[in-house]
Amino acid sequence: MEHLLSLFVRSIFVDNMIFAFFLGMCSYLAVSKTVKTAFGLGCAVIFVLCVTVPVDYLLQTQVLGPNCLVEGVDLSFLSFILFIAVIAGMVQLVEMVVERFSPSLYASLGIFLPLIAVNCAIMGASLFMQQRILMDPATSTQAIGGVADALAYALGSGIGWLLAIVALAAIREKMAYTDVPKPLQGLGITFIVVGLMSMAFMCFSGLNI
Amino acid sequence: MSLFSQQNKEVFTGPLNLNNPVVAQVLGICSALAVTSQLEPAIVMGLSVTVITAFANVIISLLRKTIPNRIRIIVQLVVVATLVTIVSQVLKAFAYDVSVQLSVYVGLIITNCILMGRLEAFAMMNGPWESFLDGVGSGLGYAWILVVVGFVRELLGSASLFGYEIPVLTDCDFFHNGMMTMPAMALIICGCVIWAHRSINKVD
Repeated sequence: MEHLLSLFVRSIFVDNMIFAFFLGMCSYLAVSKTVKTAFGLGCAVIFVLCVTVPVDYLLQTQVLGPNCLVEGVDLSFLSFILFIAVIAGMVQLVEMVVERFSPSLYASLGIFLPLIAVNCAIMGASLFMQQRILMDPATSTQAIGGVADALAYALGSGIGWLLAIVALAAIREKMAYTDVPKPLQGLGITFIVVGLMSMAFMCFSGLNI
Repeated sequence: MSLFSQQNKEVFTGPLNLNNPVVAQVLGICSALAVTSQLEPAIVMGLSVTVITAFANVIISLLRKTIPNRIRIIVQLVVVATLVTIVSQVLKAFAYDVSVQLSVYVGLIITNCILMGRLEAFAMMNGPWESFLDGVGSGLGYAWILVVVGFVRELLGSASLFGYEIPVLTDCDFFHNGMMTMPAMALIICGCVIWAHRSINKVD
């Protein structure tokens, strides 16, 4: 239980998807103009992460890992193709479910929902999870040793991503009224703002959990 | 149309400068920032992306008339994932240290927006040779941004280039600025590159 909690808190603040690993940067920069859409996209990312990472965990440990399917065969090199197929399939499924049960949410998310399939944060979380299976749970708070750990990691990463995109959207809404040099306007200043936010988040790296 | 016509030259040089995938089109930012704390991984990453974009473009361009429109995204993802798997295995075999440094970011080339962007916007509509040139151009346009950011970060962060220390600079305290190797500075330097690029090219 304690391990779950520390994994969860750690993946929100210390191993933040945006500020520590730059994952999901493209949609992060493109969709952070207003708080409302940013929040919607963040929630969709949390949901897709929470479904795909545990599924990919089961795939990795039950099918792809060494000696899982056939004795003496390590299929890990197929993980890229399988993970991306799971993600693309899951996004398609989520899209159909949302369209069927909540047409209003579907309309407000629009194009962002299918775009989650190529969001690096989703693929990145699965690949980090794959690396962390090998870690020893006794010595490292980052280790993932079961489906529950994978779910805690996915939820934490998703919330961290949501936090980052909502914060940037709020800053950009205010920044619309400031006088920025012309060539720096838009993308340039956004990068620098994200850099400063990332510096602030570096304080959490001293957190001892 | 000849192989090296004026039009093909523009296809190749456009992404290197005015239409640069990173600073003008804002694609493929994630990996551009993460692998640039040193010069060597930055160059390896740039070359890997160039190779993958070029060949994915050629393959999709050859298949473009046979792919049903509704499942084209899945087909593109599978082609890209296959190429990335090959590159990742080659790196593990011949450049193990660099592949450890790049860790998950090699796998993340699959979700690199430059690839999907070029496949959708160019390879689905053009012949194999033009697509090849476009892929190489986009990949190199991405690579040179990585090299610039990697150069600044390694020089100021650890007073070395390609892992070799520069004797004149090692005594100077400023050139061991630990801040430069942190993730935050990658964003700020990239912001400055965009600033310079836009002021030079007078882009609105």
